[in-house]
Amino acid sequence: MTNNQNRSAVIRLIIVLFAFVLIVKLFYLQVISDTYAKKAASLSIRTVTEFPDRGLITDRNGEIIVFNEDAHDLVVHFPFRRDEFDIESFCELVRMPADQVEERLQSAYESRYNGKGLFYKNLASSDFARVQEGLFQFPQFYIESRSDRKYKHNVAAHTLGYVAEISRYELDRDHEGYYDIGEYIGKSGLEKDYEKHLRGTKGKQFYLKDNAGRLKERYNDGLDDTKSVVGEELNISLDVLIQEYGEKLMQGKTGSIVAIEPSTGEILAMVTSPGYTPDMFAIKNLGNNYARLVSDKSKPLLNRATSSMYPPGSTFKVAMALIGLQEGVISPATTFSCNAGFHLGSLTVRCHGHAPRPNVKYSIQTSCNAFYCNLYREILHQDRFANIDEGYTNWRSYLKRMGFGDRLGADLSSENRGNIPTSDYFHKVYGTNKWKYSQTISMSIGQGEVLLTPLQMANMAAMVANRGYYITPHFIRGDSIPEQFTKKNETGIERRHFETVIDGMRAVMTAGTGFYVQIPDIDICGKTGTAQNPHGENHSIFVAFAPKDNPKIAIATVVENAGYGATWAAPICTLMIEKYMNRDSVSLRPLVEQRMFNPVSPNPVASHE
Amino acid sequence: MSERIYGQARVDGITVILYLILVICGFLSIYSSSHGSESFSFNLSTQYGKQIIWITASIVLGTVLFLIDVRFFEVFSYGIFGFWMILLFLVIFLGREVNGARSWFAIGSFRLQPAEFAKFGVALALSRYVSDIDTDMKSRRYQIITALIIILPIALIVLQGDAGSGLVFLSFIMVLYREGLSGSILIIGLVSIAVSVLTIAFGFIPIAAGLVVLGGIISAFVYTNIKVFRWLWIILAGCILFSKGVDFAFVNVLQEHQQKRIQVMLGIIEDPQGLGYNVNQSKIAIGSGGFWGKGYLQGTQTKGDFVPEQHTDFIFTSVGEEFGWIGSTTVIVLFVLLFFRISFLAERQRSKFSRVYAYCVLSILFFHFLINIAMTINLAPVIGIPLPFFSYGGSSLISFTVLLFLLLRLDANRENELDSLSY
Repeated sequence: MTNNQNRSAVIRLIIVLFAFVLIVKLFYLQVISDTYAKKAASLSIRTVTEFPDRGLITDRNGEIIVFNEDAHDLVVHFPFRRDEFDIESFCELVRMPADQVEERLQSAYESRYNGKGLFYKNLASSDFARVQEGLFQFPQFYIESRSDRKYKHNVAAHTLGYVAEISRYELDRDHEGYYDIGEYIGKSGLEKDYEKHLRGTKGKQFYLKDNAGRLKERYNDGLDDTKSVVGEELNISLDVLIQEYGEKLMQGKTGSIVAIEPSTGEILAMVTSPGYTPDMFAIKNLGNNYARLVSDKSKPLLNRATSSMYPPGSTFKVAMALIGLQEGVISPATTFSCNAGFHLGSLTVRCHGHAPRPNVKYSIQTSCNAFYCNLYREILHQDRFANIDEGYTNWRSYLKRMGFGDRLGADLSSENRGNIPTSDYFHKVYGTNKWKYSQTISMSIGQGEVLLTPLQMANMAAMVANRGYYITPHFIRGDSIPEQFTKKNETGIERRHFETVIDGMRAVMTAGTGFYVQIPDIDICGKTGTAQNPHGENHSIFVAFAPKDNPKIAIATVVENAGYGATWAAPICTLMIEKYMNRDSVSLRPLVEQRMFNPVSPNPVASHE
Repeated sequence: MSERIYGQARVDGITVILYLILVICGFLSIYSSSHGSESFSFNLSTQYGKQIIWITASIVLGTVLFLIDVRFFEVFSYGIFGFWMILLFLVIFLGREVNGARSWFAIGSFRLQPAEFAKFGVALALSRYVSDIDTDMKSRRYQIITALIIILPIALIVLQGDAGSGLVFLSFIMVLYREGLSGSILIIGLVSIAVSVLTIAFGFIPIAAGLVVLGGIISAFVYTNIKVFRWLWIILAGCILFSKGVDFAFVNVLQEHQQKRIQVMLGIIEDPQGLGYNVNQSKIAIGSGGFWGKGYLQGTQTKGDFVPEQHTDFIFTSVGEEFGWIGSTTVIVLFVLLFFRISFLAERQRSKFSRVYAYCVLSILFFHFLINIAMTINLAPVIGIPLPFFSYGGSSLISFTVLLFLLLRLDANRENELDSLSY
């Protein structure tokens, strides 16, 4: 009996042991490991994303520039149940031959994500209605709708930027995990810089699905669902009227225009040419245009307004004069002799015909080179400096405070620095402690190593218009803009010195190089520039602001390889100013306008640099 | 004592309660896995509706057992055994093929799986034979006939193509162990299983080499004792021969899909889309249940029909998903309580027939319970056997009920049995 009792105990022990093994394994599967819960969710829960409309973009007058239209993708769910798929009627529905359907299914399968593959992107609106109606027969297919960008004013492509499918690189850097593969993101320009502002918040709906991918019901009674939130409107500082006008003026030319409202730093227009129109990069057009524009030799994708650097030419004399006055090496009455140029040994900087001893104002009006060669020497060789490095560094620090040689920090990510070399650079070029001001004298008239972007040139005009400070140029508007876009950047030049220079710039228009393009109603102050270009024809440059008192607009225009500043850049600037100031009133000079629109028949305006 | 010998004992309430709890839990699980999204309606054409019919039929049949003379089953045990053996034989030729196995009789919409009921016949025959007063347990004849009673149904069921159901009868080793089978046979059995599994997993050569190395190491300690040393190498040689045999049988006897099934179970090959699909989905459903489960009727995998055969062989996944680890463990504990109770009932029988029969019931239920749950969590190969009282299906529910209720009938009558029949 004892033996048998023991055996019954052994049997019970075996039962308990096996049961214990089951319980432990279950504990591992259910409590410790979370892989199964994740797999279950990916198999049985379908997340339907509700994409919000992207925010509108409006101009400074509230005019809508960018809005949305719906785009629809046909999406297929995996694992795909072929036995439940009636390919013939599907082919009929999508009007596609069977082999093409198979091909698309295969590529959708290969690029699937979370069981979702893109079968057809951007259904045409005519197809959309038909497909949606017939889709109930194919529960594994469904339509996902997104909005695509549409342009009421088809301008400012470089500024606005574009939206496209998120790249692998961007996905990897999306640390908050907002984006899924196949979604859209701002790729450049304001669409990129203000992505978070514009995109809104995606909504998510969770559905239970069965083993064939059929939706069954709301998961958890929809308690986990989230509503989408429409993207916020982005009000930007552009004035569509002059942006459009500027793009028209720049047609057929290479170069750019930047206009800034001096008192706020708001960018009123930013034109770059040759360019493209923003709708070419709408989601539905991007595929057709991108490769072509990227390989275009004229570089239409380059935003010349912020990325290209030019020697500022004579427009730089404005900065030179201001530094000289602030440093006290000249007064408004100081004159330098000009004997048809600046002569030092074998070095000659030629000048144009004008009265021989110009003062500051007259030197700006007539764009005298000799005056600035002398002034450069005076600024660098002051008694208080032990050597040329100190003098040069002091001069350079003024330029840096004017925003040269650094990115200004505009809310557009394509900015270039320009170039104001350090004295170390000259030590390297000419040998340590061997360089002299005369070797770098071309910088005094905005040639040589000095390089500015058109944005920096316009900013200089704004700084002069403000009589001493600038506000970092930007596009964003509104009450809550970052402090960096409201702060005054002081140049350290006293207000009184500006009146002299501004008088000179006014005289440019009334009696100088800008005479032929002045506008009677508006007191424009400007300065022409002709940047020598070793690769070809000189660049035509003009900076200006208006009106002289209480300025509303500061502007810079560069037209590449177009000769004198007064020939192309100046008329374009003044037309822009007039358009901005007088709005709808017809230009006073339709002939000039006509000539700008039609650059193949130039009618050169006699001009002096 | 004497006045109670002929007294009337009562039906064991604890067993009945455990039985009812398991059947109700089973019904709720079947309802969950098959109700679809419509609200509850008493519809007999649905699976849960049919299960209600089976439950009713089972309880009625179980009650009917109490009206039949208790001696009937013992007297006619060989007849019942013979009847089901004949059906098992006939179904090979007349049965309808389902999932590659020819194990169902189909008459109209009524379907019957003789293998389910054969358990009952075999249990009766085995009990009768082992308890027979003329049976000499030590004789070779006894051992061969006992083995034949077990092997005959296995052979017939394997011929139907349903090897899984056949394996159930191997569980009677537990009965034989209780009735005096040498414990060393059990150890030999366990060592055989271990060697088989390792051979299939790693191949014959590594196992043989491993055994030789093991022998060498042990020899270093026991070489002074020549007797132990000799036995050690005899045993190892036996293991190596057995391993070779398993290797040969696995490659040459088993069909490819059977080999694959075993390999998938042992984790040698991964096959989440093919043979491993069921198990993979089953593990996902159970594993996603977490500690507390997703709540009754809230299982995402259950609702989405992700687990094939969920209402029958994989019914445990519904428990695992919707009631989590707590629910799974509760069900396992309920079964263990039932097993302990049966073991308790067995030991209090005066009649040897009743006791042997009780252990037959215990071994059948335990084997089904163990293998069924183990296969849902990939601890055993997927052989299509149901979870007693849980799985959907009339044949299995009725057969398990009759099996258990006959034990209760015998138990209720135990005091009328003669003491002398037991020891």
